[in-house]
Amino acid sequence: MTVQELPGAAAYRPTPPPAWRPRTDPAPLLPDPEPYRVLGTGAELDRALMLKLYAELVRGRRFNAQATALTKQGRLAVYPSSTGQEACEVAAALALEERDWLFPSYRDTLAAVARGLDPVEALTLLRGDWHTGYDPRRHRIAPLCTPLATQLPHAVGLAHAARLKGDDVVALALVGDGGTSEGDFHEALNFAAVWRAPVVFLVQNNGFAISVPLAKQTAAPSLAHKAVGYGMPGRLVDGNDAPAVHQVLGEAVARARRGGGPTLIEAVTYRMEAHTNADDATRYRGSAEVDAWRDHDPIRLLEDELTARGLLDEDGIRAAAEAAETMAAALREQMNAEPSLTPMDLFAEVYAEQSGQLREQAAQLRAELEAEAR
Amino acid sequence: MTTATDNTTARRADKKPATMAQALQRAMRDAMAEDPTVHVLGEDVGTLGGVFRVTDGLAKEFGEDRCTDTPLAEAGILGTAVGMAMYGLRPVVEMQFDAFAYPAFEQLISHVSKMRNRTRGAMAMPIVVRVPYGGGIGGVEHHSDSSEAYYMATPGLKVVTPATVEDAYGLLREAIACDDPVVFLEPKRLYWSKSDWSPEAPAPVEPIGKAVVRRAGRSATLITYGPSVPVCLEAAEAAREEGWDLEVVDLRSLVPFDDETVCASVRRTGRAVVVHESSGFGGPGGEIAARVTERCFHHLEAPVLRVAGFDIPYPPPMLEKHHLPGVDRVLDAVARLQWEAGH
Repeated sequence: MTVQELPGAAAYRPTPPPAWRPRTDPAPLLPDPEPYRVLGTGAELDRALMLKLYAELVRGRRFNAQATALTKQGRLAVYPSSTGQEACEVAAALALEERDWLFPSYRDTLAAVARGLDPVEALTLLRGDWHTGYDPRRHRIAPLCTPLATQLPHAVGLAHAARLKGDDVVALALVGDGGTSEGDFHEALNFAAVWRAPVVFLVQNNGFAISVPLAKQTAAPSLAHKAVGYGMPGRLVDGNDAPAVHQVLGEAVARARRGGGPTLIEAVTYRMEAHTNADDATRYRGSAEVDAWRDHDPIRLLEDELTARGLLDEDGIRAAAEAAETMAAALREQMNAEPSLTPMDLFAEVYAEQSGQLREQAAQLRAELEAEAR
Repeated sequence: MTTATDNTTARRADKKPATMAQALQRAMRDAMAEDPTVHVLGEDVGTLGGVFRVTDGLAKEFGEDRCTDTPLAEAGILGTAVGMAMYGLRPVVEMQFDAFAYPAFEQLISHVSKMRNRTRGAMAMPIVVRVPYGGGIGGVEHHSDSSEAYYMATPGLKVVTPATVEDAYGLLREAIACDDPVVFLEPKRLYWSKSDWSPEAPAPVEPIGKAVVRRAGRSATLITYGPSVPVCLEAAEAAREEGWDLEVVDLRSLVPFDDETVCASVRRTGRAVVVHESSGFGGPGGEIAARVTERCFHHLEAPVLRVAGFDIPYPPPMLEKHHLPGVDRVLDAVARLQWEAGH
């Protein structure tokens, strides 16, 4: 077989059908080339909101440290730390109203906690005593999702259903940079845009999907640019600038709530720890890169700015640290207690009604447990 | 929304005999009329009424919000259905063809089947996944798979398949009313099978999980379901000439499995053949034969045999007749049941 010379590009140019034109001007959907920032710009800051953000950031950082320590003691099976990403987590939770829904991934424990979920309930999956430790409907937080991006179509479906019922509920779905390569990411964004579903997609671009850097994940100009192809706006924000993330998310949530449709937000941040406690990050990145991001720490950025503006003083800093310490102590104490496991629960909620097959297997396990107890 | 008068007129217009496709459509329509939380979604289900016309008229009657043409994306269809169920709706999704359902497998297996269990019962998934399945209609590649073994191997799913027009209506109503996810396998070569069934005088329908004896017999039991039920009934008639009085058990529900009805039949007859058109190796027949053997060993006069599709990718349409278990292959298996210990 001979390799044929390809004809010139002009020969391939398709003739557009008579009335063809783009249905939407893509320009307004494009993200700004630089991530949006608030800190350091002199923008006005709402003191109450800033102090709330600050307190949650400090509490989140302490939570991450405590949870990581618990893995070393064998109290947690695994913990994917969000240290360095706290601004995204906190802003995500605080951008929502109580009636809204959060769809977190496995790394988003902090967002769930910042939304008011009990820390022990939030850690159930990672502790390993059950898969989900809370009633998703009561807290309006979907189960922490381990398969990548599969929670995104759930967010779309829920938001769509809420709108069909006439409820002004918004769904916020969190995903990582690696998750944007999955088919479910594409399908969810496409459904959301076609249905104009009230959903906000927040990509926490923390630089790595376990060990694979963004450059090997995508060739897009930015992950926010992907929005344009679906017909929704893309927004790029500094993920370590808590007020900026909160503002961009707030605008997207408000837009979705008033029927304006979905938004894709990329928050540029960095995972300071390894993927999980079981991962060795030194195999795929150098300490210089990590140190450079340390200078862009979300807590320090906010603390410095609030202090410089006189919105936060030493007493405020101490109070936030003490509150975080109290939370950590309580968490430690609760996690050090042995979880109460009930093996017969294995068969309890597979189906609404237990089948004969499961009844037989339950009887087998019961007999085994009784034999053990003897 | 129809009024009572409209309904009566519509019912009178339902001239007998009805096809299985019409019965399925009627089941969705009645469920949607009774329960505003029932939503139908899928590719082509709206304006077109489905490629098999099973959703014909639903969008017109209930609006596009209740019967929705989605983008062409099976994971998206089922994934959004999960979110809709989370918010209290009862989605009925159509997968159009058996092999088109595979992109939705992750949603089905990781979320639909497990959500009740993950959330300790706080969040059920009352979703029906309608999958037209099986061959015999001359479909080209990717249009004739029998994927029931994959679904059966996933805890948390119910897997049902009707073989009669009556059952198509009754089972789909049951599936939509069920608080657990149901994979509803529609034998597409029976879509145009007819019966005198009418929704005005519905035949009594056994609930999900109950098998039914379609033909009583004394000398052996044919255990089958879906598209193979008519094959087995025909084989049973043909076997009379050979002096075999065959009982035909229509499983209707693969999960949960009705051990009671199946084993009662096998204990009566002492011999059993499992018949299905999906591949035999790793297929439903192996599970069924093992269950029957474990429970009825002392009643068996012969090993439990399997008549299944070959262990090959579904063949091209011009060769499918050699793959699908037909009457002769069933009769051959029945002849082999004259096995006696020591032979």
